Amino acid sequence: MERYWKVLRLFWSTAIAAELEYRLNFLVTALISLGGLVGSLFGLFLFYRTGYEFAGWSWEAALLVLGLFTVLQGFAATVLIPNLNKIVSQVQQGTLDFVLLKPISSQFWLSTRVISPWGLPDVLFGLVMIGYGGTRLGLGWADYALAIFPLLFGALTLYSLWFMLGATSIWFVKIYNVTEVLRGLLEAGRFPIAAYPVAYRAFFTFVVPVAFLTTVPAQTMLNQGGRGWLLASALLATVLMVVANRFWRFALRFYTSASS
Amino acid sequence: MKQALKISRVMLSVYYAYMVEYRAELVFWVLSGTFPLILMGLWVEAAQGNQFDLGPTELVQYFLAVFLVRQFTVVWVIWEFEREVVEGRLSPYLLQPIDPAWRHFFSHVSERFARLPFAFLLVGFFLLLYPYAAWLPSLGNLLLGLLAIALAFCLRFLMQYTFALAAFWTERASALEQFWFLLYTFLSGMIAPLSLFPDAVREVVLWTPFPYLIYFPASLLINRPDHVAQGFAAMVLWSALFWGLNRWLWRQGLKQYSGMGA
Repeated sequence: MERYWKVLRLFWSTAIAAELEYRLNFLVTALISLGGLVGSLFGLFLFYRTGYEFAGWSWEAALLVLGLFTVLQGFAATVLIPNLNKIVSQVQQGTLDFVLLKPISSQFWLSTRVISPWGLPDVLFGLVMIGYGGTRLGLGWADYALAIFPLLFGALTLYSLWFMLGATSIWFVKIYNVTEVLRGLLEAGRFPIAAYPVAYRAFFTFVVPVAFLTTVPAQTMLNQGGRGWLLASALLATVLMVVANRFWRFALRFYTSASS
Repeated sequence: MKQALKISRVMLSVYYAYMVEYRAELVFWVLSGTFPLILMGLWVEAAQGNQFDLGPTELVQYFLAVFLVRQFTVVWVIWEFEREVVEGRLSPYLLQPIDPAWRHFFSHVSERFARLPFAFLLVGFFLLLYPYAAWLPSLGNLLLGLLAIALAFCLRFLMQYTFALAAFWTERASALEQFWFLLYTFLSGMIAPLSLFPDAVREVVLWTPFPYLIYFPASLLINRPDHVAQGFAAMVLWSALFWGLNRWLWRQGLKQYSGMGA
């Protein structure tokens, strides 16, 4: 375990050192994040403009969901996307061989090798939005603290889904943008799940568990929805983590390296 | 002229073969364009209470049309061009007696044909979900809509290719596109028909090229044409503007370009 911490520190310090070569980039990504924020607020505003409300979600509560979404987006841009997009190129070029030979878990290596600080503005903006909505709703520190758990489970769920999709590159090879599909579907998390028609709700709860990523943490923060959802969210995260690990081992059996 | 026809036929068939080689990737590409379909769900649910100017039927039709238009106008030339410049792979193409832009253009066009079946399958699936919304565009609107889609694709390709030319000066030209894409997402009518925008916002947005890329062709397809002549004029004007800028940047950029590793 200690060895893994040490390796992780090395991975991330080198990755950050490499990324900091492009400091102007930080400004650019911050600007893009800000633009995205304004756009999402505008999108939400279009619904609330005429007095319509998502069933049971006031404007401020909907802001919480959007804030949580932005935080997760930042998390994905920082940790998930840079690593898991690499799996594809490693399978394609056969460099996965070198990873498999290393004396640490290949899943760990592939999931943590690099980190890119460019997602941090998103995390920051998301937290600001949650802070704003929360203050307007009179939420206390205990409410925020309680929401950390479902948010964490949500992050693990997201990671597992992403990793499993990345693992399918062993079979399909050129699926550079398989992550785009997931990203597209996750966009649904911008809005509380109650805002969707029944069929969509079922799909986004049971097929692609978007509901557990943003709506459940927001509900926990608002003290709605009960403990059942929290429990389900923990269960889902655990199951998906195990499945992701098994799936990766299964996929590796089909790995034949490139040009050999 | 005959030469040009021959070149385009060869390029189309070559790139079509490329595209169907990786079919799984194509399916994923189609599926990644589901954003309008997600918003369709939201808006249909919202429109149940008749608080908005449009009813559920119109909204389903609108967003299905948006989905189709979006499928036909996806452009990714900037990522490829950026790599070609940064890695120096542009050099061999410069030696050929045809502008490299055409290569990209035809690869995009042929990809449209390859993704067509998947896109229609998905539309069919959603029509099963909302059978009451099934509709056919009238012949006139269909033809105008197809023309608008073709123009929208050309305009979007031109804009992105123009930004791509920034790769001659910077390594991260795609950042420009990322920012532009944000505006495109939120102002083109992908998140809601323009008629649901606040009036002031709509007035401003109509002066930008964005609504003509999605909203304008989509509203033609659902038989709700909106300022047709004005829309086509705007598209032609914006295209001309970007064409000029593009050719100028291309000439300047070539002076600047020194093949990597040469």
